[in-house]
Amino acid sequence: MSTKFNLDRKFLPMLVSIGLFLLLYLYGIVQYKGFSSPQVFFNLLIDNAFLLITSIGMTFVILSGGIDLSVGAVIAFTTVFSAFLLETTGLSPAVVIPLVLLIGVAQGAFVGTIIHYFKVQPFIVTLASMFFFRGMCFVISTDAITITNEFYRAVALFRIPLIGKTFISINVVIVLVVLLVALYLAHLTRFGRTVYAIGGSEQSALLMGLPVARTKILVYTLNGFCSALAGVVFSIYMLSGYGLYTTGLELDAIASVVIGGTMLTGGVGYVIGTVFGVLIQGLIQTIIMFQGDLNSWWTKIVVGLLTLFFIALQSAFAARSKSRLAASTQKTLAMHAPTSAAAGAQK
Amino acid sequence: MAEVTDLLLMQGISKTFPGVHALANVDFSLHRGEIHALMGENGAGKSTLIKVLTGVERQNEGIILFDGKEIQPRSPLQAQALGISTVYQEVNLCPNLSVAENILLGREPHRFGGVDWRALNRRASEILTWLDVDIDVRQSLGAYPVAIQQMVAISRALEISAKILILDEPTSSLSAYETEKLFEVMRKLKSEGMGIVFITHFLDQVYAVADRITVLRNGQLVGTFATAALPRYELVAKMIGRNLTELEDMSRLKEASGQELASEPTLQTRGLGHIGTLHPIDLDLYSGEVLGFAGLLGSGRTEVANLLFGVDKADSGTLTVNGKPVEKPSPLHSIQIGRAYCPEDRKADGIVGDLSVRENIILAIQASRGWFKYLERDKQVAIAERYIQVLNISTPSTEQLVKNLSGGNQQKVILARWLATEPNILILDEPTRGIDIGAKAEIQKLVLTLATEGKACIFISSELDEVLRTSHRVIVMRDHAKVAELVGNEIDEEKIMQTIAGETP
Repeated sequence: MSTKFNLDRKFLPMLVSIGLFLLLYLYGIVQYKGFSSPQVFFNLLIDNAFLLITSIGMTFVILSGGIDLSVGAVIAFTTVFSAFLLETTGLSPAVVIPLVLLIGVAQGAFVGTIIHYFKVQPFIVTLASMFFFRGMCFVISTDAITITNEFYRAVALFRIPLIGKTFISINVVIVLVVLLVALYLAHLTRFGRTVYAIGGSEQSALLMGLPVARTKILVYTLNGFCSALAGVVFSIYMLSGYGLYTTGLELDAIASVVIGGTMLTGGVGYVIGTVFGVLIQGLIQTIIMFQGDLNSWWTKIVVGLLTLFFIALQSAFAARSKSRLAASTQKTLAMHAPTSAAAGAQK
Repeated sequence: MAEVTDLLLMQGISKTFPGVHALANVDFSLHRGEIHALMGENGAGKSTLIKVLTGVERQNEGIILFDGKEIQPRSPLQAQALGISTVYQEVNLCPNLSVAENILLGREPHRFGGVDWRALNRRASEILTWLDVDIDVRQSLGAYPVAIQQMVAISRALEISAKILILDEPTSSLSAYETEKLFEVMRKLKSEGMGIVFITHFLDQVYAVADRITVLRNGQLVGTFATAALPRYELVAKMIGRNLTELEDMSRLKEASGQELASEPTLQTRGLGHIGTLHPIDLDLYSGEVLGFAGLLGSGRTEVANLLFGVDKADSGTLTVNGKPVEKPSPLHSIQIGRAYCPEDRKADGIVGDLSVRENIILAIQASRGWFKYLERDKQVAIAERYIQVLNISTPSTEQLVKNLSGGNQQKVILARWLATEPNILILDEPTRGIDIGAKAEIQKLVLTLATEGKACIFISSELDEVLRTSHRVIVMRDHAKVAELVGNEIDEEKIMQTIAGETP
């Protein structure tokens, strides 16, 4: 075994997105006054906390070769249901928060079970779940509900001071915890490695004797938990619940995962990449804000182009590594061919 | 009569699927430290026997004794736990994971509540080193060639401490050198007392490594023989269940064709080359002959075919067809001027599994007509039926989905697709890979028949005897260049091998 560290090509898409983030950041600093303040970066985290959490959950789903369209609806449902419970019934947040998280978990486990045991496309099952939860929002309340709960307000307004006059919110701390747990799960547990294996080839994972059923269900369960948690974070961020919140957010999450270098076909990608995928989107938004004279919808256009670019990049890498493999095969053959043929001739 | 040395004894195994007797009263035994070849044509029951042994299917009758105790595995997992591991033709591992993970995932070492990557990598390289494979185990498996992937699959089986290793056509995508490496590993495992079941279509390989041979035909046991006591011709006769008049037919056909060649070549290249993949090559192909290409996998044979058909663009040289230079070669242009190309990798490049036999056969005709000149349904059926008959494709109807046919029949469907375009020049790249002896003989015969009808064929194959049997002239490739052209009496096995090896005879 060679001890030299070889940069595996599977890291490349992620490195490209990290590079892109740094480039955009540099552009912002050069172009706009005040962009270099660390608070600009911290605001990225504060404003995108919910998207970060749900995108991290989505990364596991996509790594396993699946997709989950229900996250936006689950987030909206969580905000409405939390607001309803807090304001109308007066339940304590100590009850409400665990309850909505449990609903997210149950939702994910149910969806995962259907997908695995009934062999239904994840697209369809999660689409159904999306409609169900979006509809349930309006069963609870057709209007936005403002959250006046003391605890929520306190958490929302709390600023954790950092160097200088900069600060982060409690939501950012939650994101960092989720990120650490996700990194641990993905790289240091059998669960995480099995997710990669399933994304690489479900059939092989099964033949290798890995717990495919359990892992697939757990992936959707984890994502259900992440979307409910994102919902809690979002209700703290908005201090209200509304059925029209986060429409289409599932697509932002998927785009973040792809821009972060994860293959939509599963098996290749990194949680860290996804973080940069989200931050790139946030950064584009910030740049457009600093620019001042551009419509904020330009963010969507740029994100669309970026997503396309990353998908093209991935297929280019896939094609190149295939031809590289062919070339290396030929090289080994050329090296050894004469001796083996000679051995054959002696027979 | 269970001997003490029998590691595995399968007795009176029968398995019926609705309407089919897949296995009828088959016995099979495996000693410790033995390589036992399981032979038979496609559909003879080899896979069903293996599936019963590995718990994928359950037998209707019969018992399995493993180490003298009766077992009944219910799943591949259970079989693995008992010590029966299988390495399939298509490697069933995860290409996106590292080599080390592929060997150890599911039994990976842990430390401080997480996967211990250092121990994992160390253990994996220990196993691979024992197999004489020196690679970076941290790289993705997909970065390595199939041969290495197969070694990794074997390593995984070793890690589970398998007592029986089943190798299901492990060599069909390996080069000669890689195959030899695999055999070394097999002999090593054998000396450790492991029992190995070896399934292959290659007779050479059976005689190179196997101690005993069990032959199945149509779900019945033909017999178990010591390799040394069974001459090749007898083995072939036992497998196909008829004598070898077909081979004689073929030599007569070969005599008949290739006699009167036109004075002008129908296809000619001068200095045709592609930087990095093919040194400039001169070729003449005449109507009515079969031009064979010999050489190792990766010696540039497929690259020639790709250039000739316009799949790849040449960097230098000229290509002339029927006296007219081809300026901008492309596959579509090639089809239109009456050429056909049956590529090497039929799964990836040829067959459309979810379409019917009829739809697959008419695909190329339709493409050459253009998609707007729709071929009428009854004409399609007529064409399909004609080629099903000519090529002896076994399918219940023209509407059967191609993925439900056996490998040999799929290959014939691809051939039918190109024959249906009535080409003058036919390029066949490994047309008989992975199909059984009976179907191979039929395809070889067909190629010769086409030559007698005045068509020109290029026949590329890794199996020398096949090239010898069909070709009137043989071009030998080595290191991406044409190194020799052999005609008539010069075409013999020894000479070709020496040329491939680069020794001057």
